[in-house]
Amino acid sequence: MSRLFGHKEHLVRMAGLFAAGILVFLLARALFVPKGFGTYGHYRAGALADNRAYPVKFAGRDACVECHTDVPDALKAGKHARIRCEACHGPLAAHAQDPTKAKGVKPDPKVLCVKCHLANVAKPQGFPQIDPKEHLGPNCGECHDPHVPGQEPQKKG
Amino acid sequence: MERRAFLEAAGKVLLLTPAAAAALEHGLLGSTENPPEYKQADHWWGMAIDIGKCIGCGNCVRACKTENDVPLEPYYFRTWVERYHVNPDDQDHPEVDSPNGGYDGFPEKYRAGDGTKNFFVPKLCNHCAHSPCVQVCPVGATFESPDGVVLVDRTYCLGCRYCVQACPYGCRYIHPERQTVDKCSLCYHRITKGLTTACCETCPTGARMLGDLKDPKDPIHEFLRVNMVQVLKPQMATGSKTWYAGLDGSVR
Repeated sequence: MSRLFGHKEHLVRMAGLFAAGILVFLLARALFVPKGFGTYGHYRAGALADNRAYPVKFAGRDACVECHTDVPDALKAGKHARIRCEACHGPLAAHAQDPTKAKGVKPDPKVLCVKCHLANVAKPQGFPQIDPKEHLGPNCGECHDPHVPGQEPQKKG
Repeated sequence: MERRAFLEAAGKVLLLTPAAAAALEHGLLGSTENPPEYKQADHWWGMAIDIGKCIGCGNCVRACKTENDVPLEPYYFRTWVERYHVNPDDQDHPEVDSPNGGYDGFPEKYRAGDGTKNFFVPKLCNHCAHSPCVQVCPVGATFESPDGVVLVDRTYCLGCRYCVQACPYGCRYIHPERQTVDKCSLCYHRITKGLTTACCETCPTGARMLGDLKDPKDPIHEFLRVNMVQVLKPQMATGSKTWYAGLDGSVR
């Protein structure tokens, strides 16, 4: 036994090296592995919060009808009842946040309507489509109310 | 130092360093839990698409680019729409086009009554439960979130492009300015706030439907029950959570 541990300085040196190695490893691990890595899996848990922090640009229908309470009732009468506001009116989260600062722009029916209703053979057959050679007035809005397409637009006084 | 004293000291160091490291991680680095109002464990997101309702208007493509600041040009997409032109006698070789991803709609290219089958197919990240893209990421910068969304950690992505090649659906691109990967996040910033995705919000025909499979009241269950549904490339066993109703066999 005494012969085995006769040259203890070797052991001390080796143990010291091991301890130093472990310390370096732990230090490097603390330095290089990002915070929260491994909490849910092989990724940084904070990345979930990063992805959530992105700003919203489309406010969503619920935000629109909070103030524009009359529109959903008007829409019910026509085939556009289930289209959400921002499908036509564009992203308006800034307007929903502060209606005085950002204003929505009324879409031009001439440009807007054909985005969906221009004839195309790849469109589903039952979908109402127009061929501009046969059916295109100067402005769709003259005859069609975009909110209730089957009905003539109501003139606002 | 005596041998006993040394061994005792060394033992203490060896035992205590992991504990110290754990204490450091716990105390100094702070908690990474999300605010309590949205519980990841209560959700499992997916998307349902009804091909028979898609009119190829490109609203989803435009809305997605706006919502997620996807560069307009060069034409990279988080979601895009494809037009299929299939000769019924040659299903294996459909003619597929997607001018600017459908951003400006689809100029008429084919004639009615020429004996072909024509339809639109909206595409996006399939938010696979066993994503090939996640498996190849060498640094853990892309991952399946606990609520079933495949996300990118853009601060940790190296831009090595492995995942771009691994995705069987072509849903990833390298952001030209950031030089990191970008892809559909299923509008994670919206769905965690109770909103729907930008593409679903603006789809005029309801061809797209975001669904929470852990919510028993979500209409996606009815959709999956009533329709004959299929995922893209089922043979690749990606565990895709984007289901298509009315999907033609020619669609790749």
